[in-house]
Amino acid sequence: MSTQPPEQKQGEPAEQPRIGIDEWVASAAERRSRTLAGRFEEAYERAPPALKLVALALPFAIFPLFVDSDYLLQVGVDTLIFVLLALGLNVAAGWVGLLDLGFVAFFGLGAYLYAAVASPYAGRHWEAELAIPAIAVAVAAAGFLLGSTSRRLVGDYLAIVTLFFLQLWLVVMVNASFTRGPNGISDIYPLEFFGREVVSLEGYYYVTFAAFVLVVAFLYLLNRSRTGRAWRAIREDELAAELMTMPVNRLKLMAFAVGAGIAGVAGALYAPAQGAVFPLNFDIVLLITIYAMVVLGGAGSIFGVTVGAVLINASLEALSEPDDASWVFYVAGVGAILVLLRRPRWAGAAIVGGTVVFGFVVHELAERWRPSLVEGSTFGTARVDELVDSWVLLPEGIITQDGLPDGATGKLAFLGLVAAVLALTLIRSPLWRAVGLVPVLYLAACVWENLLLAQPATARFILIGAMLVGLMAFRPQGLFGQQRVEVV
Amino acid sequence: MDWDKLVQLLVNGVTLGSVYALVALGFSMVYGILKLLNLAHGDVLMVGAFIGWGVLGWLGGAQDPSVAVWILIVLMVLGAMVGCGFLGVAIERFAYRPLRRAPRIAPLISALGVSLFIQNSVLLLFGANFRSYESFDLVDVEVGVHWGPLNVWILRIVVFVSAAAMMIALWLLVSRTKLGKAMRATAFDREAAAMMGIDVDRVIVKTFFIGSALAGAAGVLVGLVFGSINHFMGFNYGLKGFTAAVVGGIGSIPGAMFGGLFIGLAEALSVGYIEDVTFGRLGSAFSDLVVFLILVAFMLLRPQGIFGKPDVKKV
Repeated sequence: MSTQPPEQKQGEPAEQPRIGIDEWVASAAERRSRTLAGRFEEAYERAPPALKLVALALPFAIFPLFVDSDYLLQVGVDTLIFVLLALGLNVAAGWVGLLDLGFVAFFGLGAYLYAAVASPYAGRHWEAELAIPAIAVAVAAAGFLLGSTSRRLVGDYLAIVTLFFLQLWLVVMVNASFTRGPNGISDIYPLEFFGREVVSLEGYYYVTFAAFVLVVAFLYLLNRSRTGRAWRAIREDELAAELMTMPVNRLKLMAFAVGAGIAGVAGALYAPAQGAVFPLNFDIVLLITIYAMVVLGGAGSIFGVTVGAVLINASLEALSEPDDASWVFYVAGVGAILVLLRRPRWAGAAIVGGTVVFGFVVHELAERWRPSLVEGSTFGTARVDELVDSWVLLPEGIITQDGLPDGATGKLAFLGLVAAVLALTLIRSPLWRAVGLVPVLYLAACVWENLLLAQPATARFILIGAMLVGLMAFRPQGLFGQQRVEVV
Repeated sequence: MDWDKLVQLLVNGVTLGSVYALVALGFSMVYGILKLLNLAHGDVLMVGAFIGWGVLGWLGGAQDPSVAVWILIVLMVLGAMVGCGFLGVAIERFAYRPLRRAPRIAPLISALGVSLFIQNSVLLLFGANFRSYESFDLVDVEVGVHWGPLNVWILRIVVFVSAAAMMIALWLLVSRTKLGKAMRATAFDREAAAMMGIDVDRVIVKTFFIGSALAGAAGVLVGLVFGSINHFMGFNYGLKGFTAAVVGGIGSIPGAMFGGLFIGLAEALSVGYIEDVTFGRLGSAFSDLVVFLILVAFMLLRPQGIFGKPDVKKV
């Protein structure tokens, strides 16, 4: 007895699920489309590509109109360069899932190549419309060459080879005489298009902006192309992709080279914007920062990566200013709690409120029994620091004469905080974990006011590191990425 | 031929190689079990070096130690091993365990975050200055083996012997004990091991403890022989350790030992001779170039390393 396929009624389109989407995924997508973020995302997905590009580029285009200080405009240029870098890294890391740890070296290569074709030291002055494409091609070729050394480009081997390449890059740039070692190359000629020099900061901003628009358009089309689909297929299942006759190795090398090329463009824009290049501008800290940018917004999405780069660069800038740092710290902290603890809805608010109350109680008790614990004053000068002055514990004598923390108390509190966070993860019951979170958050605020605020340069990287770990554990898809469904 | 120089370079290479081998071992063990590159491994070594430094200062410093020197060294190494062991367990618990089922790139990014966090925490706690063990005050440079061209400071012998002892102990642990068997089973097939009643999580935690303890010991040994430590030293040792593991065959214990010695010797010899070979064009800092070329050569010709088996993909 042969089973007949159920006959379809004529003239009525059958309710067929889209290929590759099963019932579970469809229902998850439906649930998501009911939320605000989901609706926004759908609207963004449905918009025509040109509109999307405009929506993405518009805030950058009008940014200089609202800014009157050179400092902020410079931050804008840096931000755009970081966006370019994050977009480049996203090709290999986000779309294909390759761990490229030498990415910053390509950025540095681009910058040094620009210095090599347009500086008094090199004795050449190429025009930018020739230099930038040439550098892009040269750096992409270097990326191709490096990638091809790791024969099968198995992720882990590639990570080690590229990491070593970064180290080698630093060693050569610091020690070689032809790059003038740690002194770097200075007095780099400004960009010059068709005989016209870009002199103003605004000009640099718009040149970088133009590069951003071109790169986004290029990446969008690339992602929509056959190649882009193949890349994503490799990320999902390399073996299956290979069995579908995709040239996996060549595709990976291509992604690697495209990413390197974009980094080269970013470098070629960075060198003239700074006017000088130094080897230690391109170190592993920068690499991890760029990874944080890619991951925060959501690896794989052009929109997410752009937003992530802007967010991280803006907060890094703000964190280096003690006045703004506290705002970023408290706003980001409260925001993270509210985002992470959404179920049940009141949990986040309850914990934030509980922490505030807990702090006042502890402060009151300390004032009564141990006045020495609150006699100090905060290092921060922002209004938020004045507000928390009567909330956190500020033992006297933590800040020494030269304005740096003297150590013991603040450092012990820092170690205690790390230990407390670890202990918190050992608590199984969600209720007790939430209860335990309150004193830990309060301790974090105390450590921030007492120790971290005094050393913003170090503190901001501690925060970035902690954010990366936390993000990977709780929300690996980033702020805007789609949750990946693992097929077991 | 300058025999004295060659012998001295070989001694240097063996010392350096022992350290790399210890790093490579911890790295390789974790890789074998979790298929995970623990990129924060070098920073664990750095923390170990700082713990050793702390123990040294606590017991009176190098000039005026309050206990016998050999007890002091043992205590420094043990302190660093225990401290780093727990640090490794914490890293696993915090950064890697939530990501067991995540895409492969996720724990690597998490590891980058851990690395940044640890480095800057140490920077925050100890400042950016280089710290020194002042081991020349601890043990006089003249004490040691002097035999023909061979002049070896006793601390170098300590490094080599203790590294060798730890490797042998590890080898015995992995090949002879029940825990070792459980480790091998978990590395071979985690799910099958779990079905055979092995508590896989516990095995992974112990592996992290042992691997990180080895890195901690390596950190103290580095401090003893090479003097100064700082918050970013972990990057270089971690990188060379990874390279040693890859060259030796990632996931293999004898491979890690052999790879470590190989890379250590290659680095020491190229430090000594690269200037002669290139007629002064490249200074000794370019020894990394030689090691990198070795790595690339292995990637091209024998990606599974000296002792590794070719990687067969299963569907």
